[in-house]
This record gives sequence, C-alpha cells and structure tokens, in this order.
Amino acid sequence: MKQERIWQALNEVADPEIPVVSLVEMGIVREARLDGDDAVTVVITPTFSGCPALHVMRQEIEAKMRALGFAQVTVETTLHPPWSSDWISDAARQKLKAFGLAPPPQHNGRIELTFLAPVACPYCDSTNTGVKNNFGSTLCRAIHYCYACQQPFEQFKAL
Amino acid sequence: MNESHPLPLADWLLAMADDQLILAHRNSEWIGHAPILEEDIALANIAQDELGHAMVLYELHAALTGADPDALAFFRDTAAYRSAQFVEQPKGDWAFTMLRQYLFDAAEMALLTRLVDSAYAPLAQAAAKMRNEELYHYRHSSVWLQRLGRGTAESHQRTQAALDALWPLAGQLFAPLPGDALLVAAGVIPPAAAWQEAWEEVVRPFLIACNLTIPAQTAPPPADRARHSPHLAPLLAEMQQVARFDPEAAW
Repeated sequence: MKQERIWQALNEVADPEIPVVSLVEMGIVREARLDGDDAVTVVITPTFSGCPALHVMRQEIEAKMRALGFAQVTVETTLHPPWSSDWISDAARQKLKAFGLAPPPQHNGRIELTFLAPVACPYCDSTNTGVKNNFGSTLCRAIHYCYACQQPFEQFKAL
Repeated sequence: MNESHPLPLADWLLAMADDQLILAHRNSEWIGHAPILEEDIALANIAQDELGHAMVLYELHAALTGADPDALAFFRDTAAYRSAQFVEQPKGDWAFTMLRQYLFDAAEMALLTRLVDSAYAPLAQAAAKMRNEELYHYRHSSVWLQRLGRGTAESHQRTQAALDALWPLAGQLFAPLPGDALLVAAGVIPPAAAWQEAWEEVVRPFLIACNLTIPAQTAPPPADRARHSPHLAPLLAEMQQVARFDPEAAW
C-alpha cells in the first residue's frame, strides 16, 4: 500500500526538460526502498551522464517524498544498468509525439543501427524527413526536418 | 604494491578524467564562435557529454580517495593535473578541433569497448554507460573528417597540418602510468599497447581514406603526465577563475 502511494507520487514528478512525461514513465526512477517508517531511498539513473537536470530531479523527488510524510529522503544515482531509451513507456512515447518530439526507435542495444532508420515527423507522420543535426537543444535531442510538411522537429535520441 | 603509488587505480582514473575535462573545456571555447549554428550546438553538446564523463570518472576516483570532484576540477594547480598535452593544445582552427576530436573519440571508443569487461565492476558499469553516448561523438567527428580531408584544397591542407601537429602528441593518451602494470594484471584496465594498437587499426586506414598522410613519429610522445604544455596554465586560470573568486559560493 505504502509502495503504491510512493510510486503514485513519483509518477507525478515531471521530467524537468520534457514536462509532459514523468520520471517514472521515462524509466529514470529505478527503485523506491522503504527504510523504516519515516525514511525512503529513491534510486534514479541519468539518461545522459552529463544531464544538467539531475539535481533538479533530486530536489523534486525529495520534495515529493517529504510531502508524503517521509522525514528522511535519500536520492541515489546509479549507472547500472545504463539507461536505455527502450525503457520509455508506450504512453510516454505518445506524449512525446504530441509534444512535438519524435520518440526514439526501439534498438535492443544496437544503437548504431538506428542511425539509418527513417524518423517519422511527429506532426504529419511522413518519413520523408532528414536529420539536420545529431545534436540539439539538450543532450537527448537531435534536430530533423520534414520535407512533407516543411517543419523542423526534434527527436528524442536513441540511447 | 609499489610504495610510491598506493592507489594506482585512483591515479589512472584521475588521468582519464583530466583528459575529458580539459578537452571539454577546449570544445566549450567554440560556443558562440563555431562556423555554423548547428556546429555551435553540436560542440556544446559534445563538450557537455565529455564533462559528464569527467564527472563520472572523478566520482570513481573520489570513491577511492575521498576527494571532492569539484575541488579536483577547480582547486588543483597545473602541477597536480594529469592531462595529456594532446588535449591541452589550443583549439586552433576547425580542422584542428575536428581532427583532435576524431582521434580522441576513436581512442575513447577503443578504451570503453574493453573497459566494459573490467574486473572492477563500477568501472565496467560506467564504461557501458559512456560508450553508448560516445557513439554519437565518434560518428560526428568521423563525418567531419571525411568532409575536411576530401573537401577543398584548403580544408585538406588545414587538416593535414592538424594531423602533423597532433599525431606526435597522440601517443601520450595511451602511455602507461607507473602503477598500470598492477591494474592490467588484475584485469582492471586493458594493456596500454593493446589499446593503442586497437586504436591505430581503426584510425590509420580511416585517415588514409580521408586523403591524409600519417606523419612519421620522429620522437617518442611526451610520457610524464606531470609535465604539461605551456597551454594548460592559462586554460586553468580561466576555467577556475569564478570558483576561486568565491570558494564558499553555492549555486
């Protein structure tokens, strides 16, 4: 019961860079451990290791857990297993697309193979698109252009 | 265990982290100055990734020594840094920056591919994480190098000049540290010679395919990571300026 409430609260913590999805839906929250009655440890994993939003995530998780009544909140970071964009839930993929961010292709650990895969435009679904920059406004985004609807758009990179 | 190197793994991690941090800083110098906006963004991203990798490696170092990663970056003097002279060189022109990035990315890929099997689990796990990110850098610098090497007469000439200047320094990236033999024997890091050989197997044919001529190594590369080029001190003076101005500041 308590676990359920913890996860429900964690699922309300939005990704600081993509506020339409939660840290849970993105696969960033890995574990929530109860340490006695008033202490909890939340384990998160960064999408990219240089992600500057990590400290904001820590603060927001801490505030959320305190609001649930935990006096002692620990937020741990792990690199293992390395975060994979395959962990982004189907619901979150839909939300990314509605936000104008093409979701990353499933890669099953073979990121190299996705470099050649066509990326569908999040606005018109055309795959008549081209990559303009493998790097974008944040570490996790690339910039593409849709030749069908003449729109530039961003993609969440496969990782 | 060698008396003068009580923590060979900490020494090795510090050297690898310093290379990442110094190269990240050199790349960040292009922000607002890159030839086109897309490359301004790309270099900023690559610099941020390298900074993230430096942080991961400093944290592994800190777990062994108790050091503070921020203090390692901002409150160490030139003499305490262990960066290779290869990454210390000024950013130069675009060809110089891209050639250095390509050689470094290829070295990092060759290292991380081997480190995922390290006997030291935290290092193996960090390597698996960094390798996936590094794929994007490696592809980016590879594509640029082909364009520059096979592009115009001027782009070719500038890229060749960069290779002539950087190739003699690149060997230091792989040069074993005094405590390395223990780490290799324990399966923690790959042997330096095998790492360098794997790198050369990749970069030599690629550079030739880019119409570049690999210069002869006329002198051994710098070996001692405590000895620096004259370029490191001014870089640190700039990078550490704000932190040292008010060491108590929090943000």
